[in-house]
Amino acid sequence: MNNNVIFGINGPVITVKGPTDFKMMEMVHVGRENLVGEIIGVTDEYTTIQVYEETTGLRPGDPVTGTGNPMNVLLGPGILDNIFDGIERPLKAIEEENGAFINRGSQVNALDETKEWDVTLKVKEGDIVKGGQIYATLPETQIIEHRLMVPPLLSGEVVEVKPDGEYKLFDTIVKIKDEYGTEHSLTLCQQWPIRTSRPITQRLSTSVPLITGQRVIDTMFPIAKGGAAAIPGGFGTGKTMTQHQLAKWCDADIIVYVGCGERGNEMSQVLDEFSQLIDPKSDRPMTDRTVLIANTSNMPVAAREASIYTGITLAEYYRDMGYDVAIMADSTSRWAEALREISGRLEEMPAEEGFPAYLPSRLAEFYERAGRVETLSGDNGSVSIIGAVSPQGSDFSEPVTQNTKRFTRCFWALDKALAYARHYPAINWMNSYSEYFNDIDPWFNEQLGEEFVEYRTRISALLQEENKLMEIVKLIGSDVLPDDQKLVIETAKVIRVGFLQQNAFHKDDTFVPLEKQMNMMKVILKLYDRSKDVVAQEIPISKLIALGLFDKLTKMKYDIPNDKPEMFDAYIEEIDKKIDEILY
Amino acid sequence: MLIDYVGVKEINGSLIVIDGVKGVSNEEIVDIRLDNGTTRQGRVVQIEGERIVVQVFEGTRNISLVNTKTRLTGHPMEQSLSPEIIGRVLDGAGRPIDGLGEIFPDKKANINGTPINPVSRVYPTNFINTGISTIDTLMTLIRGQKLPIFSGSGMKHNDLAVQIVRQARITGATEDNFCVVFAAMGVQKDVAEYFRKSFEDSGVLSHVVMLLNLSNDPIIERTLTPRCALTIAEYLAFDLDMHVLVIMTDMTSYAEALREFSSSKGEIPGRKGYPGYLYSDLASLYERAGMIKGHEGSVTQIPILTMPNDDITHPIPDLTGYITEGQITLDRSLQGQGYYPPVSVLPSLSRLMKDGIGEGFTRADHQPLANQLFASYARVIDARSLAAVIGEEELSPIDKKYMEFGKQFETRFVNQGFDEDRDITESLDLGWELLSTLPRSELDRVDDELLDKYYKG
Repeated sequence: MNNNVIFGINGPVITVKGPTDFKMMEMVHVGRENLVGEIIGVTDEYTTIQVYEETTGLRPGDPVTGTGNPMNVLLGPGILDNIFDGIERPLKAIEEENGAFINRGSQVNALDETKEWDVTLKVKEGDIVKGGQIYATLPETQIIEHRLMVPPLLSGEVVEVKPDGEYKLFDTIVKIKDEYGTEHSLTLCQQWPIRTSRPITQRLSTSVPLITGQRVIDTMFPIAKGGAAAIPGGFGTGKTMTQHQLAKWCDADIIVYVGCGERGNEMSQVLDEFSQLIDPKSDRPMTDRTVLIANTSNMPVAAREASIYTGITLAEYYRDMGYDVAIMADSTSRWAEALREISGRLEEMPAEEGFPAYLPSRLAEFYERAGRVETLSGDNGSVSIIGAVSPQGSDFSEPVTQNTKRFTRCFWALDKALAYARHYPAINWMNSYSEYFNDIDPWFNEQLGEEFVEYRTRISALLQEENKLMEIVKLIGSDVLPDDQKLVIETAKVIRVGFLQQNAFHKDDTFVPLEKQMNMMKVILKLYDRSKDVVAQEIPISKLIALGLFDKLTKMKYDIPNDKPEMFDAYIEEIDKKIDEILY
Repeated sequence: MLIDYVGVKEINGSLIVIDGVKGVSNEEIVDIRLDNGTTRQGRVVQIEGERIVVQVFEGTRNISLVNTKTRLTGHPMEQSLSPEIIGRVLDGAGRPIDGLGEIFPDKKANINGTPINPVSRVYPTNFINTGISTIDTLMTLIRGQKLPIFSGSGMKHNDLAVQIVRQARITGATEDNFCVVFAAMGVQKDVAEYFRKSFEDSGVLSHVVMLLNLSNDPIIERTLTPRCALTIAEYLAFDLDMHVLVIMTDMTSYAEALREFSSSKGEIPGRKGYPGYLYSDLASLYERAGMIKGHEGSVTQIPILTMPNDDITHPIPDLTGYITEGQITLDRSLQGQGYYPPVSVLPSLSRLMKDGIGEGFTRADHQPLANQLFASYARVIDARSLAAVIGEEELSPIDKKYMEFGKQFETRFVNQGFDEDRDITESLDLGWELLSTLPRSELDRVDDELLDKYYKG
């Protein structure tokens, strides 16, 4: 049986000759160092394996052993506040074992098996339990309760229950007997294959927005909880910055941050920043609700391909407990390139730009795992996906961007020209869109009143009009425009600089509550409406600008603290007063 | 047991195929002896049972199907390392060519390196004062960063690199623990000589390790040069606790060598014929910059690449920009107007800047000032394109002010002498002086407190 040996080696792809009993997508150990690999092709002549680690030094004749299971991740307490590589190996534990550089074949368990958790049992003997039902809970971090669920495909009668107390990861705390009379032991953890989505009862509509505190997103292009958004942008346009901001501030319970083929220094920044940052809602470090998956660009390419699936599987696990989870994937282009690289090694027929023809279906599979659902235990949970895309040459017509567009309903296009002018977030308001308006506008109406949607529509109309006028200005200068059009340009400038642009390093401006966002729009539109009166009287616009109101509104994001909404009333009064003065 | 394999099965470009080989390991180095007595080295790049594909570093000229004997060495490509390596000149594969004899290794290391565990990295926050206004103020270089220079043929990237090496003041670095690793890939002899001469003139030559793969040296060797250089740099930084500045020029030649190798291997090409794994390959070089917990030393990289046809969307600068932490972009029209260094400010960026400047590092007003300079200069570009259509005379008064600001910015801030070393305070003050020519109400990226303090208009 165990005579499967390496025949050929080509980069991360190795072949085994002759018919084998390996299954497609089975996880295998390769060579004497037991490198982790996965079966990606089986014929009666050759079996093809992609190896998740460096293949230097492997020899033909080295053994290949199967594990009988597909690529799995271990799910249980200890995931949060941790950092893993693309195939769920804990990087902190690897550091303790190997030092600063990552060696191959590290045999470190994904989760800490020696730590004792304070478990509270939720079932008793004789209970009939089904898949997804919660049988015990434990405090994983100070803010997140970890809920242990019966594996989705299992159900039966509880025949043995341990008392509440301290247990380790692999301790059996519940035994159940299924309908065929087989006994199953439930511990504090379970396995799940990364490429299969975890089962749910049903999908729910995406009717609640994911609040991010970023004005251009919440107001102009909102995303729903359980939605999917793409952030495409060339290098230096602030994809990663935007992802960091969302990870820090969005109102999800759990954040899964996947650094897929990105920079090592960036990951160490995330680690530093998140452990120092205090979550305003819970007063605990951000890391208490965060899990990081770091597969930097110089780590093996095949593990980069897996990292996205590992991330989404962890996200689904917490969703099943009834949490709202947001997963940031930075960047999906690196993942697509990993697909291309491996496809090239397999000598598959390339489609567009060398990407394999199955790129769109893989992207669809990934983004379809987003959603707001009713879990097997009857709770509500959601997974929202925010995927960064790094288009080659900043050209949005390339295959990854185009295909991603088809499977996400939110598109936050980052713009080079805005980034060059250091307008951050550099989300271009002309090219971006959100298709969630219809789903979540009722929520806005209910929470903030109908004005919110109305203001947004007017702001967006002003920006559209400015864009049209700028075409003319670019050709003949702004002096020739009539005053009412100049007013549009001045107002749009306030919207752009004072509203859309947001300073991530300013203590108030980094996160802005919805109420302040709405008040800001209200004041800007108030000024616009009153200024129209002035222009209608044929008073020159220069006189209006000299009032200093436009400048004042541009800076109100800094001048008005987040917790002082009453200050907006003073602004409205001042506008009325000053404009009345020049009118009468 | 050493077996010589006689003859080869197939020769294709720089690749040879040998059959019947037993006990070979992936990426192993082989010695090839020709029957005229010369020897070459090669690396196993593909294995199919007993048939192996070997990449010959020195090229396959003069190799026939019968005139070679090949021997497996049993180890992957390694670089000899010792403290004596500082001050030496090596070839593109890390072997001494300065006539001073072999390097007696304290240690040998696989040139491919191993990835640094992200958990073990120290997030770089120490500012390097280069004495160049544009770089220090607007795209600050940080110790442990990788910040490439995007240039084009005929532009003054070499001078800029030399000036940075000469003037760089790294926090914590002294005479004894600062050194430069210089990797030349496919550059002309006189360019390499220019660097050597400049290092000598500024007295740093004894702290420099030079690796030279000149434009007429074997192309396949070129794919090893940056790896050897970075292995040396990592050794100096993390074994000997030195602060290492790595200059790699020209990354474009490196990528072209990689393309040539890939196509001779018959791989499926990606964009513009470059292999699909160009990103991963470049990343495996650039990611070897940084600092590690528990070690004093650091590796800072300044790769130089000439953008083909000055096109920043070409795959090489494009993929580089996605990996590196920012870029310094040079502009031909600035150089044409006689400005040095011709740094094009708007497309340049340093991603690590925000945490290495400000209070306690440079000065509290640094970041807002930089934001304002970027924003105002972006307005200059708008004003200029408008002036090109309607003429400068027709511009509004405010646009005219911007035109003047732009002119001043380029002649006084961007432009500076090759020997001029400006302190950071001097650069920041100059920035404020220029901004003060604009009306105060135009400065919307700075708060009133700072304006009260620095605005002199």
